Amino acid sequence: MSEERIYEPKITSNTILFAKNLRVYFPVRKSFLDILRGRPQLYVKAVDGVSFDISKGEVFALVGESGCGKTTTGKTILRLNKPTEGEIGFLPSKEILEEMRSYGGINNISEYGHISLASLNEHMLRPLRKDIQMIWQDPFGSLNPRRTIYEILEEPLAIHGVGVSREDRYDIVAKALESVKLTPPDEYMDRYPHMLSGGQRQRVVIARALILNPKFVVADEPVSMLDVSIRAEILQLMMELKNKLGLTYLFITHDLAVARYISNRLAVMYLGQIVEIGDARRVIENPLHPYTRALVEAIPEPEPSRRLAIREIPIKGEVPSPINIPAGCRFHPRCVALDEKPELREYCMKREPPLVEVEPGHYVKCWLYAKK
Amino acid sequence: MSEPILDVRNLKTYFYTARGMVRAVDDVSFTLNKGESLGIAGESGCGKSTLAYSLIRLVPPPGKITGGQIIFKGKNVLEMSEEEFRREVRWKGISMVFQGAMNALNPVYTVGDQIAEVLMLHQGYSKKEALETVAKMLQMVGIDPKRLKSYPHELSGGMKQRVVIAMALALNPPIVIADEPTTALDVVVQAQIMNLLKRLKKELGLSIILISHDLSLIAEIADKIAIMYGGEIIEYGPSEAIYNRPMHPYTIGLLGSIPRLHGELRDLTWIPGFPPDLANPPPGCRFMPRCPKAFNKCSEKPPLVEVEPGHYVKCWLYAKG
Repeated sequence: MSEERIYEPKITSNTILFAKNLRVYFPVRKSFLDILRGRPQLYVKAVDGVSFDISKGEVFALVGESGCGKTTTGKTILRLNKPTEGEIGFLPSKEILEEMRSYGGINNISEYGHISLASLNEHMLRPLRKDIQMIWQDPFGSLNPRRTIYEILEEPLAIHGVGVSREDRYDIVAKALESVKLTPPDEYMDRYPHMLSGGQRQRVVIARALILNPKFVVADEPVSMLDVSIRAEILQLMMELKNKLGLTYLFITHDLAVARYISNRLAVMYLGQIVEIGDARRVIENPLHPYTRALVEAIPEPEPSRRLAIREIPIKGEVPSPINIPAGCRFHPRCVALDEKPELREYCMKREPPLVEVEPGHYVKCWLYAKK
Repeated sequence: MSEPILDVRNLKTYFYTARGMVRAVDDVSFTLNKGESLGIAGESGCGKSTLAYSLIRLVPPPGKITGGQIIFKGKNVLEMSEEEFRREVRWKGISMVFQGAMNALNPVYTVGDQIAEVLMLHQGYSKKEALETVAKMLQMVGIDPKRLKSYPHELSGGMKQRVVIAMALALNPPIVIADEPTTALDVVVQAQIMNLLKRLKKELGLSIILISHDLSLIAEIADKIAIMYGGEIIEYGPSEAIYNRPMHPYTIGLLGSIPRLHGELRDLTWIPGFPPDLANPPPGCRFMPRCPKAFNKCSEKPPLVEVEPGHYVKCWLYAKG
């Protein structure tokens, strides 16, 4: 066997964003009794050593069940959470870099021009928001019900001083509404969110995220709250906008089937770590990690013949608490592969497996594949 | 030979709101046979949950069942008094797993006590007898009977959903309605819950009505499917027919919008526009404003026609005249 390759984020001039060994821990509140007893501080290890890289123009999906840390990862990239440890590198556009320079020195610029988001000062985040934006999951909760659509879309312009006059801003808002196909824009500007359908609201959320012309967008489950019949429409719109505006998406979803349709590469997360990463279609066609296999097996498909048999899901038990993470491979208590290969016990139960390359570009964090 | 256990005929449930009469369920008919499962699919607001509530006569005001028949074991339950219905049909004949019920468990009672309450109230069991039965029920739905003494917060989402299913099965009803039983659950847990429903269907000969917006999920269990749109069933038939030979443009649109995990990567389609306002629905076919195949005939109400044995479509494309 040739030299084993362990995953390292690829950092080139084409990498728009990378994370290296990212950790986000949230302290658990101690009870009075715990303090008296001098119990040690516990942490929820929401993200625990995550690395990935995203190239310009790519759609990179983070897939996993609730509580796996995918949303925390996305929020941390926007610095809505402070990373506990690790690096996030981002390649800003020239104007933003200039603007940030004018705010004060930025250190840690990589050889390709990546700035370190993890260590960025809070006051530097504002110019950065023009380059990195977020599309939120809930189109009902993320729009202020007391503002009109015009006010909602104008706010980012006002905050960032885009557009010199009111007329200017009006034009920008009108164009943004047109770009998400809410036409004619005049008809929507004076409406309130409750006067729009879920799909229309999500278009407003998208327009708001894109109105400052970002380069990189974190989309957190953008279609999971919508009816199935309009999901495809929103996904299609997002892809059109990506191609037109040259965007890069980090697409967070629990739905592997959606990820298959929209992403180039995907990473499967389990309990705060990436367990498998690779070409989206390849991972789904040929899932290698026992967890990914269970996920793929569990997804229902519109195939009526499947109703006749009970479907075996190759997984045991339930997700353990992220406060008390199993030793070794954190999936081992639920792993069926381990039952079949008891000789691996030594490794799986005691040592964390590395994320190793199994086929070109396809990495898996599992002792079934790693060199012992 | 399959024998019908529930026969719904021309059911109408309207809501009398300030905006006018909202026809949430409008002239809906279907038959459920013993041991069979029926999937009811549709977008939010199509009336599928109201239909479920109508079947156990729990339509919240200002809603009212204004017409039709629900024939359960040969009797029209709409003619029963409330007391008779409560005693004879609700929970004992037709029970329901409500949407989001797992979050409605009482946090200050153990799950054992909560399920036992059903048995004590309906069957007059003593607490001890009831708890013994509950232990068996929990085992049946795949929970360790020791969990009797657990409080809801000590259970995971999947376990709570199992508890709610056990509660629905407490009186051994022949029919269980499950309204979006797996929303808010992760896919792995969802698959386990679907397995449980399949197993119960097989072992107990249970008839299941599964209500969901997700046609993939419905395919997991349903023998028959009813597609609802704007308060009406617009296509109805055996699963194989609906999935493999959908006829109504709405059903075709819905199936085309589902991203699939396997097979070739076809472009997804979608249905432009919105569902109709049921206070003021289009006079003819309710899907006409969104239909890619609409023609002038569609401004009249289409009949439900049988296109192949047992497969019905409410669309002028297939109707004569």
